[in-house]
Amino acid sequence: MRARPVAGILLRQFYLIRGSPVRALPMFAWVAIDIVVWGFITRYLNLMSAGRFNYVPSLLGAVLLWDFFTRIMQGVSTAFLEDVWSRNFLNLFATPLTTPEYIAGLVITSIGTSTVGLIVMLVLATSVFGLSFFSLGLMLIPFLLVLFAFGIALGVLASALVLRLGPASEWLVWPMPALLSPFVGVFYPLSTLPRWMQDVGHLLPPAYVFQGMRGILAGHALPAGQLVLGAGLAVLYVLLAGYFFTRVFRYALRTGLLARYSAESVS
Amino acid sequence: MPVAPDSLPRQLPDAAEDTADRDVVLSIADLRKQYPEIVAVDAVSFEVRRREVVGLLGPNGAGKTTTINMILGLLSPTSGGIRIAGIDLAQHRSRALARANFAAVYAALPGNLTVEQNLKFFGLVYGVTRLAARTDALIEQFDLEALRDTKCGVLSSGEQTRVALAKAVLNHPQLLLLDEPTASLDPSAAQTVRARIRSLATDGDCGILWTSHNMYEVEEVCDRVLFLSHGRILLEGDPRRLPAEHGAATLEELFIRLAREPLAETLERTV
Repeated sequence: MRARPVAGILLRQFYLIRGSPVRALPMFAWVAIDIVVWGFITRYLNLMSAGRFNYVPSLLGAVLLWDFFTRIMQGVSTAFLEDVWSRNFLNLFATPLTTPEYIAGLVITSIGTSTVGLIVMLVLATSVFGLSFFSLGLMLIPFLLVLFAFGIALGVLASALVLRLGPASEWLVWPMPALLSPFVGVFYPLSTLPRWMQDVGHLLPPAYVFQGMRGILAGHALPAGQLVLGAGLAVLYVLLAGYFFTRVFRYALRTGLLARYSAESVS
Repeated sequence: MPVAPDSLPRQLPDAAEDTADRDVVLSIADLRKQYPEIVAVDAVSFEVRRREVVGLLGPNGAGKTTTINMILGLLSPTSGGIRIAGIDLAQHRSRALARANFAAVYAALPGNLTVEQNLKFFGLVYGVTRLAARTDALIEQFDLEALRDTKCGVLSSGEQTRVALAKAVLNHPQLLLLDEPTASLDPSAAQTVRARIRSLATDGDCGILWTSHNMYEVEEVCDRVLFLSHGRILLEGDPRRLPAEHGAATLEELFIRLAREPLAETLERTV
């Protein structure tokens, strides 16, 4: 993999954000709103429970991690959609750029944009609502990495779907995290769910993250086994998503989809 | 002359680039693209050499853009081989495409980037070294200094064509593909662009494959033309001699005749 083409993809995203500050807004605006809303909800719940239970780490912490995952996924797919919106497929894919280089560019872009969101969320949640995430210290890192890897996998999958189904399928991308959220137990243990939903949940890496986080906050040890399982699944999904994207790209080359999408409007 | 398919092995070792005829920048051998309902390109073979401008002519739907898309790696052939500067496109896509570039009227550069940003973005993607100097040089060469910080989406057709051509030569391509580069230009701008393209072949030391519906400019610019109809090459030759050789007064008359005749009849006559 060569550095210059990857740098090109990054530079393009940087130019877009610098040229239109409105593009920077989604990086932190929605996650900030989420933290503020959920911050006040947790305050209210804490008040109602008269100190018997601290909702801040379990609810606000969950929101923060879930938003981080969502931003990672959308960071990848939005960077890809920029090429759909500007009908840039022909120009881009007629270059020496390889599929791994392109995906690497999208992923690094997403790391940058989601880091901005994560910092904003951490600052807000810590300074305004007293979430002491940093007390988890290094234990937080593996949880973030699992979410990061699965976010990348989902973003690449979403991009592949748009490549396969056409620009109009963009609407499929945005609700993807919301569709998964009931199954992964962001705010409740998986045992709350009906059996079939639990089975689905066990196939999704974030379920192990949120289960593990709740355990730690309840005073249990780091659930190493669960984390390894979650991480293993996340890596598997990254590989599958990369494979799927490559397959779809080859299909697009075979059927002429790239040329067709460049001429097709997003409608 | 069309290349015999057997003369171009599909796979050569990496040393192919050194051993192949260095003047041949594009070799197409027995190229075919078949969709379920239609054969878009059928048994097409030809070469483009350095400093040569080859016109790919034909009516709408003849298979010109399909052929160009296959050469650019945007569409995989059903069968046949494509070599760019001696490198097999199917085997070494990235290496082959690093030696080519293109501009097409239907492939505008991202309108939300400025002229300079587009050149830097594509320069990196093509792996261009000393990019800042190269970008400055192209901006000067294509009279884009006043537009350097203008977003491409708001440029006029002529200006967009100049930017597209600047992008198309960023990587000093050995093969340049131009799909109707003057289609949306006024006669004056088109003349300037033609002169630039002609000089790119001569001074830039590259081979150019050019499609156009304007027979006047084809005669002016192209060293050789290929007439494509129903996905097959019907005629090949010097655009200034072809009309007389085939009993037509002008290249345009010959074009119209070939475009209107059923394929079988035309093939019979040209054999």
